[in-house]
Amino acid sequence: MFKRTNKLTGWYLGVAFASLFIGGFFGPFQSLEHAGVNLYPQLQAIGVQSYYQGLTLHGVLNALVFTTFFIVGFMTFSTVNSLKRDLANHTVSVVSLVVMIVGLLIAAVPILLNKATVMFTFYPPLLANEWFYVGLTLVVVGSWIGGLSMYLTVAAWRKENPGESIPFIALASTITMIMWQIASLGVAVEMLILLIPWAFGIASGTDPQLARTLFWFTGHPIVYFWLLPSYVSWYGMMPKQAGGKLFSENLARLVFWLFLLLSIPVGFHHQFVDPGVPAGWKTLHSVLTYSLFLPSMLTAFTVVASLELGGRARGGKGLLGWIRALPWDSPSYTAQNLAMILFLFGGIGGLTNASYNVNLAIHNTSWIPGHFHLTVGSAATLTYFGVSYWLVPKLSGNKLFKPKWALAQAWTWFAGMILFSNGLHVVGLNFGSPRRTMLGVSPYFNDAWSPLLIEAAIGATILGISGLIFYTVIVGTVFSKQKLDAPIEMPVAEAYHDESHVPAWLDSFKPWIIATAVLILVAYGPMLFYFFSNAATRWTSPGFMVW
Amino acid sequence: MHIDRTEKTFFMFSVALIIVFAIAVGISGMVYGIALPTPPEGFDVNPQTVATPGVSPWGEQPPDARLHELAPGEYEVYILAQTWLYLPNRITIPAGSKITFYVTSKDVIHGFRLDDTNINMMVIPGEVSKLTATFDEPGTYNFVCHEYCGVGHHTMYGQLIVE
Ligand code: HEM
Ligand SMILES: [Cu+2]
Ligand SMILES: [Cu+2]
Repeated sequence: MFKRTNKLTGWYLGVAFASLFIGGFFGPFQSLEHAGVNLYPQLQAIGVQSYYQGLTLHGVLNALVFTTFFIVGFMTFSTVNSLKRDLANHTVSVVSLVVMIVGLLIAAVPILLNKATVMFTFYPPLLANEWFYVGLTLVVVGSWIGGLSMYLTVAAWRKENPGESIPFIALASTITMIMWQIASLGVAVEMLILLIPWAFGIASGTDPQLARTLFWFTGHPIVYFWLLPSYVSWYGMMPKQAGGKLFSENLARLVFWLFLLLSIPVGFHHQFVDPGVPAGWKTLHSVLTYSLFLPSMLTAFTVVASLELGGRARGGKGLLGWIRALPWDSPSYTAQNLAMILFLFGGIGGLTNASYNVNLAIHNTSWIPGHFHLTVGSAATLTYFGVSYWLVPKLSGNKLFKPKWALAQAWTWFAGMILFSNGLHVVGLNFGSPRRTMLGVSPYFNDAWSPLLIEAAIGATILGISGLIFYTVIVGTVFSKQKLDAPIEMPVAEAYHDESHVPAWLDSFKPWIIATAVLILVAYGPMLFYFFSNAATRWTSPGFMVW
Repeated sequence: MHIDRTEKTFFMFSVALIIVFAIAVGISGMVYGIALPTPPEGFDVNPQTVATPGVSPWGEQPPDARLHELAPGEYEVYILAQTWLYLPNRITIPAGSKITFYVTSKDVIHGFRLDDTNINMMVIPGEVSKLTATFDEPGTYNFVCHEYCGVGHHTMYGQLIVE
């Protein structure tokens, strides 16, 4: 079924994993450098000019490229398979894929030539080669076109099924894309109005504080863009894989709507220590961030309850006995469950970061990479790996290569991540070691950091090995000669309670999109108005290429 | 819409937890005065001219002259961040002093985090980062740039010496 959609999905995933391979390569080297093993002189042989060029590749390819390609591919696939209706217009998705790939190639050239060593946040006045900005903008535009293709499909399905409510997975996937489209307007404005004219020499100066504000308008919700596809799987697919049911489906719908509403007007929590943002706005965004904690807690409850139903259906007894009865022999299930456990700690850390002045204790220290490798580096990445353990066999028609290795991959990621993340969290919190820094050769290196950075480096090495196992399994599957015995279908969890009746307010886009727009206007409008109306005196920063 | 009783309880518990956290944060801010940087009044800095003598307090030469004693035990210092150093980068004050930092940048974005204090701020061209701390313990405290600012970023730091 849906042959052409499958092929498209395969392409998105292929580019995603190729990008992660190159980006992820640098991870262990960064951590080893911190621990005193500096291999960057050796890396020069393959054209890596500096730690910071490698770190830019790591951030851009992992956090921006890998995620976006995987998500657009996976969400397209999940929408089609949930609606049981093929894409309304394949050409739109093909255009999306092509625009994204062209954008990636255009952005890749300056990064590889060391002309865009500006990190994945590209804060001006650091000035990259202009094509870096053009390329990244095209990747975003391509992802919008991919979203459009999904909306056309949902709209066509609606017409063909009057009076029915959209199935959960399709609804959740669509909300994820809508959220991303609204959220990425920030970075789109930053690129088109501030950075691209400036990089091409049309505008002589820029406003770094405004650029940060627009970046984080997108930069917080982007973390939900990474996370929500995992939630689609945790809510909509994993209970089925565990032999259970989705505990409360309508609440799950509500959770996704709340993520649409609340993900965006919270970006100032990344700018708590920015000098140009008044305390009142920081407070408002802090409060809104706290309210975002609630749908996350509902997720924790519903997902665990759904898995418990599975464990008990499989014969698990007692208070905790159901946990052992879960399908721990399935690499797909295990990877995702371990991702969830890591995310528990990521969530607690996230709440810390968002707690207004508590942020002073950890802002831009090693704590931060310790934190987000639990979220984007685990809750997202390890879940995507788990999804791939059924999706890649489905798409290739081949059996999963070496399932035992895949299982080992999940556990080594889990173990490596605990060491890596713990080391970074503690060294950042206790000693304030800065992030994005070649710590090993810094003049202020403190010997008390060493044990923790070594712990992190051991974890990073295990993570590197885990990554290599992942690629062995995936490449092995794609090129395997062992065909599947029976075709694989996307796992779709049934609702536990009878929830065939979906209230209309949980099944209509308009009110939620309007409410989202209003909340954004309230939370961002006045500050953006202030920045833009003072452009004449504020756009004074020339660009610098200082790497 | 059906919501399970246990799920409702869990939700109420989550709400309560958030309220407790919010109160704790409120107390830390209002009672203990742990503040975030906010735009200070009375500055209008242009990164292209900020280092020019006479134009701004960050232009005064030599850089050591940017440490001002306002009253006994009360200081302020104007630090100019640039690739890849702070000026001044060695500041000496007596133990028990209260010191306010005013930091800005004349080129790219930098960071400023001072060991063993709640001073942690971004340093952004065109903006002024201001925070205050009191130092009772003699010793040497590093302030470190924690935002990537180019290929020499890891060498950028300074020291506050409390005697
Ligand atoms: C083999 C596994 C990995 C290791 C050992 C690793 C290691 C590291 C280290 C040590 C840093 C901090 C560098 C510094 O602040 O100086 C870092 C940064 C980062 N990592 Fe990873 N990483 C891994 C995988 C991932 C994955 C899977 C993702 C996301 C999909 C990711 C995303 C990031 C991002 C966004 C940054 C921040 C870059 C920046 O500050 O600009 N990493 N990584
Ligand atoms: Cu955030
Ligand atoms: Cu720096």
